[in-house]
Order: sequence, then structure tokens, then C-alpha cells
Amino acid sequence: MSAERPPARIADRLIEFCGELRAEGLAVGTSEVLDAALALESIDWQEEVGFREAIAATVAKSRADREVFDLVFDRFFFRATEAEALIREPDAGTTASAGGGEALAEVTVDDLAQAVVEAIESGDTGLMNELARLSIALFARDGERSGVVGVDLQRIRRGLGIGPGGDGEGPDPEGRREFERQLRRELERRQIESQGKLPPARPLRDLSRALPVRGASDLAQVQRAIFRLKRRLATIGHDPRQGGRGRTLDFRRTARASLQTGGVPLDLRYRPKRPRKPEIYVLCDVSSSVSSASTFFLSVVHALHDSFRKLRSFVFIERISEVTEHFLRERDFAAVSERITAAGGVADVSGYTDYGRVWSEFLDDVSADLGPRSTVIVLGDARTNGRPPGAGNFRAVAEQARRTFWLNPEPAAYWNYGDSAMAAYAPFCDGVFECWTTDQLEDFVDLLARSGGGASVHPAALARPEHRY
Amino acid sequence: VTVPSAETPTSPAEVREALAGASYLADDSVALVAYLAQRLGRPILVEGPAGVGKTELAKALSRATGREMVRLQCYEGLDESKALYEWNYRKQLLGIQARATAGDDGGTVGIDEIFAPEYLLERPLLKAIASPEPVVLLIDEIDKTDQEFEAMLLELLSDFQVTIPELGRVEAETHPIVVITSNDSRELTEALKRRCLYLWIDYPEADREAEIVRLHEPSIDQGLAERLVEVVARVRELDLRKPPSISESIDWARTLVLLGADDIDETTFRDSLSTIVKHRADLDLVAEKIGPGLGQGDRNGKPGG
Repeated sequence: MSAERPPARIADRLIEFCGELRAEGLAVGTSEVLDAALALESIDWQEEVGFREAIAATVAKSRADREVFDLVFDRFFFRATEAEALIREPDAGTTASAGGGEALAEVTVDDLAQAVVEAIESGDTGLMNELARLSIALFARDGERSGVVGVDLQRIRRGLGIGPGGDGEGPDPEGRREFERQLRRELERRQIESQGKLPPARPLRDLSRALPVRGASDLAQVQRAIFRLKRRLATIGHDPRQGGRGRTLDFRRTARASLQTGGVPLDLRYRPKRPRKPEIYVLCDVSSSVSSASTFFLSVVHALHDSFRKLRSFVFIERISEVTEHFLRERDFAAVSERITAAGGVADVSGYTDYGRVWSEFLDDVSADLGPRSTVIVLGDARTNGRPPGAGNFRAVAEQARRTFWLNPEPAAYWNYGDSAMAAYAPFCDGVFECWTTDQLEDFVDLLARSGGGASVHPAALARPEHRY
Repeated sequence: VTVPSAETPTSPAEVREALAGASYLADDSVALVAYLAQRLGRPILVEGPAGVGKTELAKALSRATGREMVRLQCYEGLDESKALYEWNYRKQLLGIQARATAGDDGGTVGIDEIFAPEYLLERPLLKAIASPEPVVLLIDEIDKTDQEFEAMLLELLSDFQVTIPELGRVEAETHPIVVITSNDSRELTEALKRRCLYLWIDYPEADREAEIVRLHEPSIDQGLAERLVEVVARVRELDLRKPPSISESIDWARTLVLLGADDIDETTFRDSLSTIVKHRADLDLVAEKIGPGLGQGDRNGKPGG
């Protein structure tokens, strides 16, 4: 009983907060909310770290969930405090900022900039917060205030000379970001005070959780996702799936075991099931129309190479070339992608994909090796640039392989518009997936690693993982 | 052996102190979750990279609370008879035969007598439940098992009871502290997660890791420990098959002390590299990327940033 019971209203807040978490896609059940309330009862909940960790431990049940949790937590409680402040003392803010008025007159921008740099170097967040307020007040005194947070932030940053990408010897970037965060937060607070109402809650951007395959792609983030995927593949790929069905009795070992029980075969022994080792053929489009996605796709291929030994990989633009060797010889992803895109012999004259030619080459060179254990995976946007899609050859490939999957980096809504020939290929694939987030990729991997028949698979079937295909 | 601190602790700080007494340096979230687990009677689900001290947390809890630790090491194909209980067939058969030869009642033995507790082989989970003394139950690397096994755990974890068809329900006499570890190699079921408190342990901050290293190898010099931790952190940043864990940092510290090294330069690094990097391909990569940077001598102490 270290802490008094939290006041009743906190329960409402907690439910409200969990509601926001649900809206961001976390599976927060009633039992979790209950747990969180119980947890809060048994700790000193007035301490911020304890408060946050206690709710996190009961509500966010994976690392990805925790990241979303932290974002939502900051957003929610920042807004909650501000809303509270508005109700309690509507004009406290103006007096507070006016309070330091006289003292402020003596502060010059140079002194302030100096103090800020020192605070950033010392890493003292409390001091940074005070300085952030001071700088806002100072720049407001000079009449430089636009009322738009982003613009003000920019102006203050420039005024203090702590902008990013200045001369090389700026203060350490970690601390600078922290200071900017404080600055932004204070500015938002000022704005709420002056307008007397809260701005609408911004939902977390979808991309902050999806794979950043479009625009500036953050390779590190892709690799983190792939790393998770890699470990999952490593176990799923060799999963014997001892389901009990279709096991064969090992008579010799059963008879031997029965000696222990006086000849009564109480303990049945089965023959171990050999895990299925799939042969995988990956074809990856690296043309410019998918350039942002192809880094992602190459890293997928890279991860696949670590996990499946019988894997052959190909890249194509106008023509196709095998790159299995490069992946096997080089472990470093950066080096691999460098070699593939530069010296990898990707026959690229125009930079436009020629699917028709790719299929006919693949059929001629490789398809003799395809067999009933082969899986073909195509990573591409199916944009033919107006050239013939060569669906007949693709069909021949698909018929020789056991399963054929197509991963398209475009949202399904864009398929078959313009030069996209997805409809020409889809009938011959066992599954066609849009794949531009980690979740979609993981869904696909689960499916791939599951042993089963080669019947047709539609994305909707993914919702029922027990289904045998 | 009765336990001195069996009562539930009253604050996270108390747990942290107790863990420190058991030579485990817990950070805020670890101490808090360990405390909540004892207060709410919930299992802790610990995830994190290999070798950050997930298993060690359970051991430390066991030492700190003076409870015995019952450990269930999971592996592919683990089933009820290895995890929960099993009937001792041989003893049952012998029992039947003994009765038959003794001759009373023509050797008919009631089913109830055959399925009596004396013929039951307790496996770790049942042992943890049935123990008269409170224990710490460690279910290690649960992600190695299949989903069916998780389903079996649910009854145990939510109600702390086990149902044996022939005997009925076995309820826990004491409340075990349950620690479940997972290396995140597959997604655990929602149902399991729902019943647990979640704790993610990452590689510790440099300061804390240096402290941990010094706790386990007190004879290492402060400066060397900091330097070591810094080098290990740089090694972890590379894309390795198996990044060095905390225990490997400690091993390395011991090695360096044995070698009598007072600084890490390229030569000592190369000689002792195999204590922290265990993979052939990794060795080359680390030697190439990290080694040369150490010899120049301009990176003494802490580099900025």
C-alpha cells in the first residue's frame, strides 16, 4: 500500500487513452485495461516513469506495440495536461510569459545562444526546457511571432544559430534534437494558451509504422524489419509441424520401447517427419519505376538467402540476370546492392522493364530446373511500359513451378491502371499480394513457410491461418 | 527453508535493491515490472536480444526472494508429458504385478489405485504448482515450442492450476513468480500475451553495462571497463550473425584481466576477439571494421557522440 488509490477520474482517462491506442491498431482488451488500473493502484503513480512503465507493461505486449504506445502516450497526456490547464486557469499562460519581462530586457540573443549550446552539451533537459521558454519569450518580444509552430521554430532555430547542417562543429546532434523537441512542445503549449482550445489530434502517420519504401527510404529501418523477419523465417522454415496427422509408426522403436512396459506398447514411437525444404526462385524488379521499393525488395532477398539454402535469385530490368552468387559471396547488404546495381551485369539499356522478354529468358534458361518443389516469387509492379506482357511464357513458368507468388509494391487500387498488367499475370499465380508494409510482408512469409498444397490462395484467405491451402 | 522476504515487496525501489543484492542491476522498467508481477500475481513475459539477461532475471529473482527456481527449458516438440506430468507406467505395471502375485482378491486392482499420486511423475510445471514452498518458475525460450503448447500453459498461467483427468484439479498452494522468456523468433499468441506483463530488455546503456561488467569482474579497472563496453557497443552496431551479449562482455573482461591488458589496442583486440565474436564470418567482418580503428590511439577514453 505504498500509494493512495488514484482518484476515480483517472479510470476514465485510462479508458480514453486505451481507446486511442485501439484506434492506432493495438489490441487492447478489457482485461488489459483492468490490469493497467490494478497496476496503477499498486505503484506510486504520481511519478512519471513509473506511471508510463506500469501502463506499458500491462497494455503494450510487443516491441512494435511499445513504439506506438510511446508515441500515443506522449500525444495523449500532453493534450490531457493542456486541456486541464485550459479549464483551470485560462490566462495563467499569458501572465507567466509576461512575468519575466523586465529580466528579459537584459538578455541578448548571443548570451542566450551561448547558454543553449552549453545546456545542450551538458545534456540537462530541465535547463533546456527553461531556455526554450526563454528563447520563445525573447523572440516574441522582438515581435517575431507568426503563430505557426513550424515557422516560429525555424525562426528561433536560425536566430540562435543551432540549425542543422550549419558549420561542422555544431553542438552534439542528440542534444540538439532534444532542445528542438522542448522548443516545439513549448510553442505548441503557447499556441494552445493563446487560442484557448486544443488543435485536433493528429493520428500517427501510417508511414511511421509502415516500411518507408516511398520517398526517402530509411535503409536502417528496412533492415530492422528484415532482421525480425529473418529470425522468424529461421524457425518457421524448418518447422516440422507435428500435427499428429499422417505420422507413420516406427514399429522397431515402438517394439523396443514396449520392453520397458512388459511388452505392452504403451509408448508409441513415430518416424520423424522430414521438414520440407522449399526451393525458391526470387525474381526482383530493379527498374526505376520501383526504385524506392527495390532496395526494400533486395533486402528481402538478402534475408531470404540467409534462411533458405535452396534459393536462387534474379534481378531484372530489360533482361534477367542471376545474382545468387553475389548474395552467397557477400554478407554485407550495402556491398551486395552496390555490386548488383553497378557491376552486377544487370542488362539495362533503357531502364524500362520488359516483362515479356524477362519471361522468355527465364523460361529458356532456368525453367528446366523448376519442379514440383519449386516456389517462384516475383517482386515487381507489373508495369510493362507498353510492351507485350508475355503472359503465355509466364503461364508456362507458373505451370512448371509448384507455387507462384507475386508481390506488388503498389497498393492494389493502382493495379491495372495505366501500363500495369497485373490482371494478365494474376490468373497464373497462386497468390497476388500488395506488399509495402512489414505486416504485409510477414503475412506473406507465414504463408510461404507453411507447408501445404498448391491450391489457389487469395489474400483474404490470410485471415484464416488455420486453413490448409 | 523458509524465506525471509517472501512477503510481497512494497515498492519498485525495494525490488531493485533486492535484485542488486542478488547481483542483478535492474533499470527502472525491469524493477517496476518485477514488482508488479509480485503484486498482481502475473507472469512476466520477457523479450529481447539473446544474452541481455532475460534468464538471469529469473535467477536473480530466485536469489533475491530466497525461492527455489524451477526451470522449464523449451524446445521444439516439447509436450505435456515432459513439461507437466506423466504417469509412471513401469511403476504402475509393477504395482499391478505385485498385487497379482501377492494373491489377494485375485489380483484385481482398481483403476483409482493405479492412477494415484504416487504413480505420478512431476514435471517442472506441476512441480512449480504443487510445491509447498513458493518458487520462481522460469519457462525459458517459449518461442521454440509450438502453439499447442502455449494453449496448454493458459490454464496454468491464469488460474495457477492444472487439471489431470484422472486426479482432478491441482491448485497451486503457493503463488509462484513466473518468468517466461522469448527470443522473439515467432509471434506468441494473443491469449498468452494477454495474461502476462510485458517487458522488453535491450542491451543496456554503456554506463550500466560497465557497471555490470565491474560487478562480475571486480578486478577490472574502471577505465578499461568503459573502453571495453564502448568497443562492444561498436561491434553490436555491425550487422553480425550473433552480436556479443552481456555475458560475453563479462567473459571478455575476465580474459583481459587474465592477459593483464590495461588498454584495448589492435593486438589485444585481435587476440581476444574470439571471446565476444563466435561466428566465422563475423570474425572477419569485426577484425576488418573495428580492429584498425583501435590501434591509432586517438580514441582513448570516450569519444564524443
